[in-house]
Amino acid sequence: MEKKMKNKTSVATQEGDRCPDNSAFKQQRLPAWKPQLTIASVLSSFFLTGAFCLAVGVCLVLSANSVREIQIDYSDKCSDCSKLRENSSNWNKECHCSINFTLKEDILGDVFMYYGLQNFYQNHRRYMMSRSDAQLLGRNVNRSYCAPFSTYRNGTPMAPCGAIANSMFNDTIDLFYNGNSSVIQVPLLKTGNSWWTDKNVKFRNPKSHNLSSAFAGTAHPPYWQKPVYLLDEEDERNNGYVNDDFIVWMRVSAFATFRNLYRRLRRTRHFADGLPAGNYTFRISYNFPVTRFKGRKHVILSTVVWSGGSNPFLGIAYVVSGAAATLTGFVITGIHLKLRKKKTYFQKQ
Amino acid sequence: SVVCKRQTRGAAASCGWSSCPQLEKETGNRELSYSSLAENNSIKTSKYNFFTFLPLNLFEQFQRIANAYFLFLLILQLIPQISSLAWFTTVVPLVLVLAVSGVKDAIDDFNRHKSDKHVNNRPVQVLINGMLKEQKWMNVQVGDIIKLENNNFVTADLLLLSSSEPHSLTYIETADIDDNFLDQDFHFCFYLLFTGEVRCEAPNNKLDKFTGTLTLRGEKYALDNEKMLLRGCTIRNTEWCFGLVIYAGPDTKLMQNSGKTTFKRTSIDRLMNVLVLVIFAFLGLMCLILAIGNGIWEHDKGYYFQVYLPWAEGVNSASYSGFLMFWSYVIILNTVVPISLYVSVEIIRLGNSFYIDWDRKMYYPLNDTPAQARTTTLNEELGQIRYIFSDKTGTLTQNIMCFNKCSINGKSYGMLCFSYSLGFVPLCHTEKVDFSYNPLADPKFAFYDRSLVEAVRLNDVPAHRFFRLLSLCHTVMPEEKKEGNLVYQAQSPDEGALVTAARNFGFVFRARTPETITVVEMGETKIYKLLAILDFNNVRKRMSVIVRSPEGDLTLYCKGADTILYELLHPSCNSLKEETTEHLNEFAGEGLRTLVVAYKSLEEDYFQDWIRRHHEASTALEGREEKLSELYEEIEKDLMLLGATAIEDKLQDGVPQTIETLAKANIKIWVLTGDKQETAMNIGYSCNLLNDDMEDVFVIEGSTSDDVLNELRNARKKMKPDSFLDSDEINIQFEKSSKKQIIIPDEQANGVYGLVITGHSLAYALEGNLELELVRTACMCKVVICCRVTPLQKAQVVELVKKYKKAVTLAIGDGANDVSMIKTAHIGVGISGQEGMQAVLSSDFSFAQFRYLQRLLLVHGRWSYIRMCKFLKYFFYKNFAFTLVHFWYGFFSGFSAQTVYDEWFITLYNLVYTSLPVLGMSLFDQDVDDRWSMLFPQLYVPGQQNLYFNKVVFVKCMLQGIYSSLILFFIPYGAMYNTVRSDGKAIADYQSFALMAQTCLLIVVSVQIGLDTSYWTVVNQFFIWGSLSVYFAITFTMYSDGMYLIFTASFPFIGTARNTLSQPNVWLAIFLSIALCVLPVVGFRFLKAQLKPTPSDKVRRNYLIKPEILLSMAWARWGAALHRLGSAWSRGQELATAIVPSKKHRNPSGGGSVEPQALNTSLLH
Repeated sequence: MEKKMKNKTSVATQEGDRCPDNSAFKQQRLPAWKPQLTIASVLSSFFLTGAFCLAVGVCLVLSANSVREIQIDYSDKCSDCSKLRENSSNWNKECHCSINFTLKEDILGDVFMYYGLQNFYQNHRRYMMSRSDAQLLGRNVNRSYCAPFSTYRNGTPMAPCGAIANSMFNDTIDLFYNGNSSVIQVPLLKTGNSWWTDKNVKFRNPKSHNLSSAFAGTAHPPYWQKPVYLLDEEDERNNGYVNDDFIVWMRVSAFATFRNLYRRLRRTRHFADGLPAGNYTFRISYNFPVTRFKGRKHVILSTVVWSGGSNPFLGIAYVVSGAAATLTGFVITGIHLKLRKKKTYFQKQ
Repeated sequence: SVVCKRQTRGAAASCGWSSCPQLEKETGNRELSYSSLAENNSIKTSKYNFFTFLPLNLFEQFQRIANAYFLFLLILQLIPQISSLAWFTTVVPLVLVLAVSGVKDAIDDFNRHKSDKHVNNRPVQVLINGMLKEQKWMNVQVGDIIKLENNNFVTADLLLLSSSEPHSLTYIETADIDDNFLDQDFHFCFYLLFTGEVRCEAPNNKLDKFTGTLTLRGEKYALDNEKMLLRGCTIRNTEWCFGLVIYAGPDTKLMQNSGKTTFKRTSIDRLMNVLVLVIFAFLGLMCLILAIGNGIWEHDKGYYFQVYLPWAEGVNSASYSGFLMFWSYVIILNTVVPISLYVSVEIIRLGNSFYIDWDRKMYYPLNDTPAQARTTTLNEELGQIRYIFSDKTGTLTQNIMCFNKCSINGKSYGMLCFSYSLGFVPLCHTEKVDFSYNPLADPKFAFYDRSLVEAVRLNDVPAHRFFRLLSLCHTVMPEEKKEGNLVYQAQSPDEGALVTAARNFGFVFRARTPETITVVEMGETKIYKLLAILDFNNVRKRMSVIVRSPEGDLTLYCKGADTILYELLHPSCNSLKEETTEHLNEFAGEGLRTLVVAYKSLEEDYFQDWIRRHHEASTALEGREEKLSELYEEIEKDLMLLGATAIEDKLQDGVPQTIETLAKANIKIWVLTGDKQETAMNIGYSCNLLNDDMEDVFVIEGSTSDDVLNELRNARKKMKPDSFLDSDEINIQFEKSSKKQIIIPDEQANGVYGLVITGHSLAYALEGNLELELVRTACMCKVVICCRVTPLQKAQVVELVKKYKKAVTLAIGDGANDVSMIKTAHIGVGISGQEGMQAVLSSDFSFAQFRYLQRLLLVHGRWSYIRMCKFLKYFFYKNFAFTLVHFWYGFFSGFSAQTVYDEWFITLYNLVYTSLPVLGMSLFDQDVDDRWSMLFPQLYVPGQQNLYFNKVVFVKCMLQGIYSSLILFFIPYGAMYNTVRSDGKAIADYQSFALMAQTCLLIVVSVQIGLDTSYWTVVNQFFIWGSLSVYFAITFTMYSDGMYLIFTASFPFIGTARNTLSQPNVWLAIFLSIALCVLPVVGFRFLKAQLKPTPSDKVRRNYLIKPEILLSMAWARWGAALHRLGSAWSRGQELATAIVPSKKHRNPSGGGSVEPQALNTSLLH
């Protein structure tokens, strides 16, 4: 037998010119790792994932619960204002309203003030497209993506152009602390609310000796009350396109319900530790109409934790998934044990 | 039929009959009057030129549905109201795909241009005005006389006029046409003085046929294929020759043959086309839902939102907006039908074809032949074969013939001393006959019966006549380079064996001219005049020669198939006929190929009359063949029986084992052979097709339609009695549906059966009403042997199974008679063996030995199939998961056709981020390695049943994709809803959401491909990790400050990656999406493997747990082989004494194979 084998191999080594190469690649013999779904790997993946998810989930839920948040819907609180704003001819009439609320406990740490909008479709494709990034970079652009808000009929270009800019949220919200004797305006920071990249790279004012001349020859968007170079007259670095409120608004939301950072608490003096308990008042200059499209407006005060805001979704999802994974792990163990019993029974037979 | 008239007036060449190696040059001028289709000999196989390339190639490419669809999308995108995606999302993939195909076409065409140019500019010597002048090939015209020298390529289809060799023979190698090495043409030298006229048929593609006449000085000569030199051949062993150009350029037979190739498509291809249509419908449905949604939304909300977002120009109603949105969504969701699908499929098939070419285990060192995938589009079908149709001679056997036995005048001679089918086992102790008395004997020839030699030496008249016949009646060419060193060039190996036998027994065929045959009879040289050759064909199944001996006797010698010849015998031979029949049956029972030989003395007067009529008939332009065959019939009757010859056709190595393995893989094997029933059945036993374990072997040999029907019915009754009940499903189905579209499901017989059917009965069975009966009965049997079938019947049988069984068929053969079958079957395999290359040229795969078939199917086929299925499953999955996220987002974005992902991500997803990992899997994946696929042929079964990819699997992929897309949308949605970053800043913005969703998606599909990959080579690791890294690298690059400042409009996502991917909750959401997408799949797969394991699961489980089993199985195999050898040897002893072995004993695999089988089954449970 062996002799025959040898003969055969000696024949096989007589290779002609057309004999294929004996490389691992060509002979499909590349060394390889061959993972398999074994009971050990499957169960460990289920149980480990389960345990991890449960742990993370509990942490997330706990931290989300530790977030203090106050959310007030003020769309109808100032009924006169909302009615007034329904008619667009009243655009230059001012309308103010105040909303009182009480903090029973101190809110410690950094406090952020957001405005929230509901039913405002910032993620509509045509809305989202209607902007000119080049213009916001301070470039002079002729071709514009800003339809239908690019130029006025007389040819004056809008600055900034586009539906997003035109619809910028323009309520002003101030917060007052009603102390025992006096009313103190809570100090709020209006800068540092946007991404560093947006503030420093994505948005730039046109270059000129002063801002108003930089925007010469342009007009503010139709719904704006003042031109873009008057957005913040106090702070040169927060004016024009690089205004934080404007930048925040221009970062459009993914969904129709969203909140944007409006102000941050400046932690000085009375408010060094956060917002102390007591009575507060929001003074709102009501400019942004929402009733027409059945939207809602909120003002929100909130703290943050490592996982972000108060959204409990991720925590709950983790807990549920972790529980499900662990449970499935047990079910698989059960099935496996049952099958193995059956198998040994057969083998004995 | 159209007859094209070509005259060669003025062109003249003359040469002497047998003494004119020189060509006398006469005036030949080129003023020819011919009506021709081709002006000159230039050929053009290229399709494009420099200017037409772009338009023509693009036109061709856009005829493909996928490309046209993308063009349509592109046009949609140009409409501003509809355009929902940037132009580059469609243009980049489309241009890439078009460019890849375009470059491939351009290279192909460039090569064709080059070869055309090369061919057209080859020099050739043309006789112009009596002078030989060098001309380019393309300038050669019809009617030219050209001179070719040794090793020249034949320029055009030529009529041979003369050559340097004696008798104007010219040797040609027909490699380009069919590789019949050193074919010979007999050519007669014509006196062509001044005027001649050649009439020939219109150009056609029949390589083996040519009809024409030559008129010279009022005399007509018949022209046939023998006198033609076809373009594509090469002149060999001939110093020079002259030829007249008959067909030139595109009219030549070679060019007429090229081009039209039948295009085979695999079942996966067809399924894919159906699925693409289903997906289109699905796409339409999704778009419709979203369009309606948009209509409602615009009516309910968008109408009021117009303060901030007025409706687009020209849109004045919600329903019109919905209509526009339908098309916008068609653009966005187009990725469910990815353009890269078809390209990827082609790449995978090409790669897997290369593996076949590269496989050393399918390389045959003896004739230096590697396996070859000639068609690169059918690989995965190799993993689905359910029926193999095999030729016998040259496919199962080696086609090396040995003259073993004969029967002369009622006496049987010879002994079967070496049986190759049982291995190289000596069966008797008799010594080889010593032929040393004959100086011209072939030393390799072996014969084991002295009595025959003695009979010859004692001048036994019938024995002399027998061998004289064998030395005269054939078409073999001798070659005697050295004195006494004779080499025979035979077109069929049978003839070679017979002539060699006659040579050794003292009737040495020495030389041949067109008119004479020189034979050295017992040392005495005799020259016979060859008066006529009545040649062999598949209908006649016999050949005859008419010779005049030196003594002046006129004799007709005939050899042929017994059934045919027996009907032509003179009644006086009846008793001899009986004895010979007995011997014939005995020979056939041993698996030998038999021929009957007979002779007839002719009368002078009758013969003269006959030869005159023969000449007339052979120059007739129309109906020549019919007239000739009538004449042949007339003279070939009242023959005197001489005896019979028996030739052994050796079995190829490893055939029984291969057949056993293939049978275990549930592949049904049908042998279609031209041999007699007994021979075929015996080969069936010796190569393990038929064996003792079978309940019964039915033989269908009825000679009327009713007989055949009864026999078939009886067989079926025995195999499955209840198939005749009215309650039988198939019978019910028959009644319901019309017979034409019926697909017969598989029926299970109550045991293992074999069926043998003769060609005669098959002819009836293939007729309309019996077809179904035949298919039902035959397909219940494990093995079917059809004997005495014609090439056409072979194709019909294949067609029959294709028509009524929804099964993939494979035909394997080596000869020209298998071509039709090879072309008909889903997959044709050619054995590159003795019988030339015609089968190989029309095949899809080719290799040298039948035993490589098991590797082709069980290893390459299986892998290709599994890889393709895995590829398709994953591909559809990843695109569904990718695209449907847009669908869900539609409900949250006012159905405004807003995409979830960055447009660049959409562009690059299929092309860059996910293409290589899946290609890597489809090129390298192995669920079990090749040894295991061969050891467990059961692993092949799922492919046959199409279990790995079908409509159900597709729906599952779709559901998995939908599930994943839900997770991939709603987890990021939930995680982002009203959330802020840990520094209080925005993260719920669109760009962050897009980045998060696309990162989730990409990691999920990468993990999924990792889960699907069961064989992680370095390449797979590189591709998977590489793709992920590339994703992050590209993303960070595109979202960088620099890119934004340079291409502001194109890369608005500046900073998103930095600001988002630094957040813990983003990564937590990504992790959760992965866990939720992947864990259910893991659990589901594991439980499925536990509860309903596939054969592959079982083998893999054992593979992991007990690798030592492989070793023990290998040992069991060796044990079985040893056992087999031992029993064969002991059987040899029996054979020597009993001569006629019983069929039952000739099963070489005996009981030894039980062991591995038992092991096999135990492993699988």
